[in-house]
Amino acid sequence: MISGFIFRALEGKIIVAIAVLLGIAVLVPALNLMTAPDSALHIPTYVMSLFGKYLCYALLALALDLVWGYCGILSLGHGAFFALGGYAMGMYLMRQIGPRGVYGNPVLPDFMVFLNYKELPWFWYGMDWFVVAMAMVLLVPGLLAFVFGWFAFRSRVNGVYLSIITQAMTYALMLAFFRNDMGFGGNNGLTDFKDILGFQVQADGTRAVLFALSAVVLALCLLISSAIVRSKFGKVLVGVRDAESRVRFLGFRVENIKLFTFVVSAMMAGIAGALFVPQVGIINPGEFAPANSIEIVVWTAVGGRGTLIGPIIGAVLVNAGKSFFTGAFPEFWLYALGSLFIFVTRFLPRGIVGTVQHGFKARDAMRAAADAEKGRGDIGTVAQTVQAAE
Amino acid sequence: MNTIAETRAKSLLYLEDVSVSFDGFKALNALSFVVEPGELRAIIGPNGAGKTTMMDIITGKTRPDTGKVLFEDTIDLTKKDEADIAQLGIGRKFQKPTVFESHTVWDNLELALNRDRGVFGTLFYRLTPEDKARIEEILNTVRLTHRAREYAANLSHGQKQWLEIGMLLAQEPKLLLVDEPVAGMTDAETVETAILLREIARTRSVVVVEHDMGFIRDLGVKVTCLAEGSVLAEGSIDFVSSDPKVIENYLGR
Repeated sequence: MISGFIFRALEGKIIVAIAVLLGIAVLVPALNLMTAPDSALHIPTYVMSLFGKYLCYALLALALDLVWGYCGILSLGHGAFFALGGYAMGMYLMRQIGPRGVYGNPVLPDFMVFLNYKELPWFWYGMDWFVVAMAMVLLVPGLLAFVFGWFAFRSRVNGVYLSIITQAMTYALMLAFFRNDMGFGGNNGLTDFKDILGFQVQADGTRAVLFALSAVVLALCLLISSAIVRSKFGKVLVGVRDAESRVRFLGFRVENIKLFTFVVSAMMAGIAGALFVPQVGIINPGEFAPANSIEIVVWTAVGGRGTLIGPIIGAVLVNAGKSFFTGAFPEFWLYALGSLFIFVTRFLPRGIVGTVQHGFKARDAMRAAADAEKGRGDIGTVAQTVQAAE
Repeated sequence: MNTIAETRAKSLLYLEDVSVSFDGFKALNALSFVVEPGELRAIIGPNGAGKTTMMDIITGKTRPDTGKVLFEDTIDLTKKDEADIAQLGIGRKFQKPTVFESHTVWDNLELALNRDRGVFGTLFYRLTPEDKARIEEILNTVRLTHRAREYAANLSHGQKQWLEIGMLLAQEPKLLLVDEPVAGMTDAETVETAILLREIARTRSVVVVEHDMGFIRDLGVKVTCLAEGSVLAEGSIDFVSSDPKVIENYLGR
């Protein structure tokens, strides 16, 4: 049953994408660690970390594609799930600092000492265990998505209204996390990490492993997403996107379908956040900013929604562009992003991958139609066709 | 003449004194209406007579203010939602053909098939030989075998209507509600559709809402005329179309 489910996921371009990701996972760290710094093939650590960050964004865009591209739920709050996963990882990393902090307190992170905390807040308990922290990476975003989705989908909140409340959700979380008394470090967030599972966060080796892990996890999530969208469930999802009432009148519980997809997507976003934090070295409430969530939508739209691979390409391209522009022409980036979005909506409504795919599909459809017309007209000759088929 | 209790016990669908109003407008006004098992029934009536509202109430989209809506005499439909009612065996065809345009004709039918509709049931679903045979059978019934692998978006208007009827068949309903199946069809398609619906009605009850009087004559079944939210007349097409109230309200003099 499971093997059939996974096997179905392995369609041509998904295999290629997974192979490329696994290749990157081996090659890039190898070129970073095993070549001399002056070699032409050497990949500097900061470049590797930069691309590791893009891979996390790619996973986030993939998560959004599952709900937006396939189920038609335009979430403008996916940054919240990403940030929550990031905070769970950040809490673990904070606890690993131990007595090496500025104030040398073996239990309390620096910001708590500074804010006169007497003891660890209850929700920090257990976060020094890697397994617990990783469980929280999945559970916290998943639970928030479940509770949010439970109410929203049951009350049949749809379209732009749903987008607005997801945006409100991430905004509310941002305001909450900015507060010092929330116990998450206020507007400074969590930073100054030392090590992860005993390995130094800044070391080249650790960074190489984190990079490889980001690529492998992205490949795995791509495989799972592909298995989901290619199953009958995935076809129902597209049905919900295109004709929700038809799905309902066929006897499907649309709210359960949406809820499942939303929770899976939120968990993937949480994983992306958890991989992101050790690579950039900080998590702060800025990650909850509504603008961040809107950027995810731009990446997905640029790459091509409803294609799984498109959002990955979109996220990497747009962020590479962002890195280049913010370095070369810092004041120009927002204009470039805005123009890009207008350009894509106006001239490439299907995104990069979607446009290419649509070209192939249109060609196939034209061939099929041509075949169908040869000797098989519409209504007049239907009886003959039926007889011929028998 | 049967007593009310007898009529109800035999009925597949039983509506009694159903009223609903929207912002003070009485869409249905003490409507009573019975469909027997295996019956093919046509409903006519002017715009705003309450035909679509009646379908909305039967399929759980709208809740009535008052009145009884029973399926197979025991199941109270006013307590159920769309998905429950569809699973009980009531299929509905919309006025505008509503199919999944970005799926193939085959996939449309596969989705509609009366199988486990839960999240995990669909995630791990595999096409069995019986399901395959059933889909092929339906394709044949709705005359779409030669277009099975094409996207539903590429079908003609009439073919989309048939595909939607095919999807309802795949649901294996006991009762089919069909809203204006021949609107926008060519004459040839209209004739074919009448044949198709009669074929379908051999094994289940069908209620057809239609404006096309020629089509209703082709069907040759009992007709109910609705006006202003209640039944104006009921009987054969000749009986109903000679009723002075029907002529005044609907057919026009």
